Amino acid sequence: MDEMIKVLGTLDYSPLWISLKTGLVATVISFFLGIFAARKVIGLPAGPKAVWDSLLTLPMVLPPTVAGFILLLIFSKRRPLGIFLYENFDIKVVQSWLGCIVAAVVIAFPLMYRNARAAFEQVDANLVYAGRTLGMSEWQIFRKVMVPTAGPGIVSGTVLTFARAMGEYGATSMLAGNIPGKTATISQRIAMVIQDGDYVKAGVYTAMALGIAAAAIIVMNLVAEKHMRHVVKY
Amino acid sequence: MKISFDIKKDLGDFVLDAAFEGDAKNLGILGESGCGKSLTLKCIAGIETPDEGRIRVGDRVLFDSEKKINIKPGDRRVGYLFQNYALFPNMTVEQNIAAPLKGTREEKEKLVRELIGTYRLEGLEKRLPRQLSGGQQQRTALARMMGTRPEVILLDEPFSALDAFLKDSMIQEFHDVMEVFGGLTVLVSHSRDEIFRLCSQTAVMDAGRVIRYADTREVFKEPRNIKTAGLTGCKNILRAKRRGDHLLFLPDWECELTTKAVLPERLCALGVRAHYLKRSRAGEKNSVAVDIASTARLVFETQYYLNPGGKNLSPEQQLRWFVQAEGEKEIEREGFPEYLGIPEEAMMFLE
Repeated sequence: MDEMIKVLGTLDYSPLWISLKTGLVATVISFFLGIFAARKVIGLPAGPKAVWDSLLTLPMVLPPTVAGFILLLIFSKRRPLGIFLYENFDIKVVQSWLGCIVAAVVIAFPLMYRNARAAFEQVDANLVYAGRTLGMSEWQIFRKVMVPTAGPGIVSGTVLTFARAMGEYGATSMLAGNIPGKTATISQRIAMVIQDGDYVKAGVYTAMALGIAAAAIIVMNLVAEKHMRHVVKY
Repeated sequence: MKISFDIKKDLGDFVLDAAFEGDAKNLGILGESGCGKSLTLKCIAGIETPDEGRIRVGDRVLFDSEKKINIKPGDRRVGYLFQNYALFPNMTVEQNIAAPLKGTREEKEKLVRELIGTYRLEGLEKRLPRQLSGGQQQRTALARMMGTRPEVILLDEPFSALDAFLKDSMIQEFHDVMEVFGGLTVLVSHSRDEIFRLCSQTAVMDAGRVIRYADTREVFKEPRNIKTAGLTGCKNILRAKRRGDHLLFLPDWECELTTKAVLPERLCALGVRAHYLKRSRAGEKNSVAVDIASTARLVFETQYYLNPGGKNLSPEQQLRWFVQAEGEKEIEREGFPEYLGIPEEAMMFLE
């Protein structure tokens, strides 16, 4: 116990903040991208729909290290896109916090997209038709009817996305690396301290990760409970 | 208001090929489920797009595949009342009504208050749709639709989700709403009672086509074809052959009937109203000897299934005679008749 307290006093808290920041930013980005993609894909004809759907889902199915390697190839400063971004906008993705976010978004986005799509497809088509005959714009229908009606699916997608983004390890370590205070996320740090044999430190970090995950899910559930009176409960 | 359409839509296992032209205030479309009547309504509203054809309402073209006209649903000034009402489940009654409204906040609030008064929704403003009864949901949907000031309102089986008691009072309520509404109402239903009560003109649809259109009373009196006769509630439809201008033969019964009216050239069946048969005697005009095959007692009437003199026919070929209170008393008094007469007003000549 004394050992634990000593560890807490001298602990490097930066991985906690990096993970939290990465998780939140990646969730916000995935939330909008996922809903946008879901909306677009639903409207497509069968053929293109299947192609886009598999492209958007692929990062979830691939081993994260494979996704990380592909991202590295794309954003490397020795390749066209990486060179272009660095020379024109001074944007560096590899070995930077931005890399953490890119990796987390790519890996977690499919969870948001798939959940949102499934939720939208459950919405009674007549609600959309009713909106149209009443003269509401497609955007109004989407914002006022589709998203709230699809609420539970969107909330669960958001929770899963956050959880996945927080815990991302494989792709992050390939793309962003494990630079202390900069890109070293909690999951990377845990792996590192365990390699050093420091189980106490690893335990403390693990407890933090657990706490954040549990808190996030509880908060989301409370939000869902409060704002989804209209959803029939069984 | 004038309404006409000539639309084709191929859904693979079903082909809609409906053409219609009429001038009506309250138009009914009567048909069995799956005959294409709801699809037709959706095409008029613009929810579905026909493969080809034209739709005109009043002096406006809503759809014309040749001229590449396809007005957006929201610009058609056509209101659509959905079978399941399609209320937005996440919005309260007043939010539902306000959702499609345009204008300033004050204008919207004023209109919502008016609509809530007109459609008797006071006290329910803050309720969600699932906290409302079927009738209240329907009135909310009606209020929401009327708030957009449509020229045409389309009612898709509006009473099918209501229980029998509520149905009667809602039909009467719709009757009043349609009376006040200045535009054209199109009601789609499989129920002849709803159509008969609410619609001045009736189009009958079968297998994607319009097979009969006239004033409602005329359609019910002279259905002209077998399908329409069945849909308008004719219980006896018997094979018939024309033997002269005023003489027809029923092959199943092996008997002849005479008529004052001139029979149509292409006569193939005779419809007989089950409530209109009369007690009769041997040798009287158009009288048939009958034996009871089976009897069904309902709350307010007794249904007799009768075999014509000495025959044993399948139920479709039997004569159905439906007797209500007065007639039942007569049967108690005088016994079951040996002969029934088929008066000419009970006959429908079907092609």
